[in-house]
Amino acid sequence: MSTRTINFTLNGQPVSTDIEPHRNLVELLQRFDLFGARESCGQGLCGCCTVLVDDKAVSGCLYFGVWVDGKSVTTVESLDAEGALSIVQQAFIDCGAFQCGFCTPGFVLMVHQLLKEHPNPNDDDILHYLSGNLCRCAAYPEIIEAVKVAARR
Amino acid sequence: MKQVGRELPRLEVRAKVTGRADYVHNLRLPSMLYGKIARATVPHGRVRNIDLSAAKKVAGVHRVVTGDDIRKVIPEPYYGPAFHDQPILALDKVHHVGEPVAVVLARDPAVAERAAQTIAVDYDELPAVYDEVAAMQPDVVVHDMLKPAGTFADLKHLKGRTGTNVALDYHLRRGDIDAAMARAAHVIEHTFKTQQCLHVPFEPFVAVAEPGDDTLTIHTSNQTPSFVRTEIARLFGWPENRVRVKVPFLGGGFGAKVYVKLEALVAALAMLTRRPVKIALTMEEQFYMITKHPTTFRIKSGVDADGKVIARSCEVFWNGGAYADIGPRVTQKSGFTAPGPYDIDNISIDSYALYTNRPPAGALRGFGIPQLVWAYESHTDLLARALGTDPVAFRRKNILREGRPQASGTAMRDAAIAEVLDTIAARLDWDKPFDRGAGTIRRGRGVAVGFKASISPTTSVAIVNVGADGSTTLYTSTVDMGQGSDTAFAQIVAEVLDLDAGAVRIVHPDTDVTPYDMGTLGSRSLFHMGNAVRLAAEDARTKLRALAAEAGLPEGTNYPPAEIFKKRYGMQAGNVVGTASFVPTYKSPDAQTGLSDNVTPFWMIGGAGVEVEVDTETGAVRVTRLVNAADCGKPINPAVARTQLSGAAIMQLGFTLSEDMRLDGGQVTNASLADYKIPGIRDIPPMQNELVEAEQHSGPFGAKGLGESGTFGVSPAIANAIDDAVGVRITSLPITAEAVLRALRARDGKPLKDE
Repeated sequence: MSTRTINFTLNGQPVSTDIEPHRNLVELLQRFDLFGARESCGQGLCGCCTVLVDDKAVSGCLYFGVWVDGKSVTTVESLDAEGALSIVQQAFIDCGAFQCGFCTPGFVLMVHQLLKEHPNPNDDDILHYLSGNLCRCAAYPEIIEAVKVAARR
Repeated sequence: MKQVGRELPRLEVRAKVTGRADYVHNLRLPSMLYGKIARATVPHGRVRNIDLSAAKKVAGVHRVVTGDDIRKVIPEPYYGPAFHDQPILALDKVHHVGEPVAVVLARDPAVAERAAQTIAVDYDELPAVYDEVAAMQPDVVVHDMLKPAGTFADLKHLKGRTGTNVALDYHLRRGDIDAAMARAAHVIEHTFKTQQCLHVPFEPFVAVAEPGDDTLTIHTSNQTPSFVRTEIARLFGWPENRVRVKVPFLGGGFGAKVYVKLEALVAALAMLTRRPVKIALTMEEQFYMITKHPTTFRIKSGVDADGKVIARSCEVFWNGGAYADIGPRVTQKSGFTAPGPYDIDNISIDSYALYTNRPPAGALRGFGIPQLVWAYESHTDLLARALGTDPVAFRRKNILREGRPQASGTAMRDAAIAEVLDTIAARLDWDKPFDRGAGTIRRGRGVAVGFKASISPTTSVAIVNVGADGSTTLYTSTVDMGQGSDTAFAQIVAEVLDLDAGAVRIVHPDTDVTPYDMGTLGSRSLFHMGNAVRLAAEDARTKLRALAAEAGLPEGTNYPPAEIFKKRYGMQAGNVVGTASFVPTYKSPDAQTGLSDNVTPFWMIGGAGVEVEVDTETGAVRVTRLVNAADCGKPINPAVARTQLSGAAIMQLGFTLSEDMRLDGGQVTNASLADYKIPGIRDIPPMQNELVEAEQHSGPFGAKGLGESGTFGVSPAIANAIDDAVGVRITSLPITAEAVLRALRARDGKPLKDE
């Protein structure tokens, strides 16, 4: 199958690759050995594949890889690039806001998006932003607490 | 104690919040092929012809494989923990929609998927059976002949049996049920049903098999690595040491990923192609892999004039779907708790595992207990109401107290049933006036308690290595799928060896390296492996003391291990390996009476209390408060224990209010998260999670298992609260607004038309 060459910024670095037009963003990222965005439901309903494209959260399983051409892509792996965890990541640890950890990167990125747009979120903001992320271990009460802790810090 | 009881964050927190935790999902190997499965489109039929011609022509397809090809590497390709009933790929017959029939292998999974869709299969369709009670009659027989695995003594008599769908019948008789029913002041009977549900681990099933010269390595998202090794070796006719099973973290398990699931298939494909093979299911495919048993439970009680339950008969029908999986164990191991945690002298239990043409059912967080508690706690509430007694007082009068024998004849020990009930009642302010709402919004409250025996007897082995610098590593085959076992075991090792638990390293299951464990299931790990870990650490401590004596260090002095090694070997060298195994005692139930005085090494106790609002115009139910309580012995890590309780309860909330696999002609019509609704962040009621501290005297530092206890009481507590609010009784799960509205309208003599 024919491929297309795309150029984009990945976690701050300019990159280029050839990709078939049917590949989604999760598959594209796997070519760069990034596995934090995970395809689970395959329908954009669970949020495990959350990635930021031009600072906006998208479902990587529904977003074609070729669409990131010319754009900036941020994945969970960028958050501790300097070695230190982000405030949100540390809050998730302190609140025990995950169990199996499979959905956690998606939640962490979505909370980053939430706090960027609402630095002091109320309960409605939290539920609104996180209603597109599911957690089968059901760490929801701890996740809500982690958002509040992160906002306070 | 310094380490046990600490609220230490999980050891793997950093890997999980950074997205770098190791899952099989991430694994890619050189020259690896991806497999995509072509699945049966009919629920029951003989395979007449499989047309692979179009699939083979798709560019990029490496090979297309059917059941006949599997036979070239595995002559008898049937597997299963209780029955060898499941073919790796369909052979003569298919038994449920979604059964694997063929596999396409390609370097590109998209190519394999496209080719798999072109495979056309002709069937001679057979009549199908879906209902567990209907399957009691042999009008439709799912399997031509029963093939018990031979590992379980109580299944041997079923070998070669034909003309039946009953994969196990378990019977218990205690006292004189007929006489007691005859003299009871009240005899009340109900029937309750549960629906087919799904585990929905967010990491769908995935496995990779990697052939070596005369070995095979399987990387798999599985809760039972030791079992997988044994079963794969059996299929190939190999010694176990040629099979290596490695398990990193799991993206959820909940009982789905036990025993063999994808492993036999990828193993056979890897041996056929001599290439690494990976199969990763989609979410939709998960709906056809393994599910939760639908059940029908007929329960009848005789109550004397004082409100004491003197007789209870239980008939439970477990819908196991097309393959037995571990269903026969569920039928027996859970069956004997069917009368509930009550002190009843006269009991009969008849519990049946049934084959049907649904997708197979197995273990799901509670091993059948939530289905039983749903029935016996709904029924118990109805008894109390029929007698005009307060439901909590009625339970207190009948509850099993410490030392009293349970239905099986096994005495309750270290089982804080009454304390769990009391805690729930206290948190709900049960004795205080309650706002019952007004107009179209009515309020009610309900409680329920349940209990579970541990699967027994099962074995765990642990190895503790103390290195020459004193750093310590634990080797176990327990799988940490989010429950926090790595962290709990580190705390146990650290407590024994006087270390910081955060510095103990855990080696994840690798059957070439880590010792045997029966499996991470049934809340057994903390008790069984926890005991093995404690004993292994004690063994290491004893050996360190011996080494200190060899080194000429005075007895009773407290030298750090690094100094002992240096003194003994003259440099940073050597190591000490502590090992231990743990297997509890057990007595099989008597073949005639089903009784045994030692059915379990410990009891799990869990319960829930809820407050609900019911909208009488729509039937909508809102849970406004949920109190969860469980006897967890002495918790090793209270913070992790509370999240287990909370997570289990929320999962059961989904099974209570929304989750329901809908079938049409055997096909699941809602096999996606769009239509099969699991709880989201907006569905969480205000919750309290209470660890009722008791002591499990035979457990490691007084602890016991907890992973399932939070599921027990949720469903019946909600049904009881709805009855309390509006006086209607829901007897089938899930409790949808439609079901409540239908019940309300029926009560008012204005029934809604059927669908």
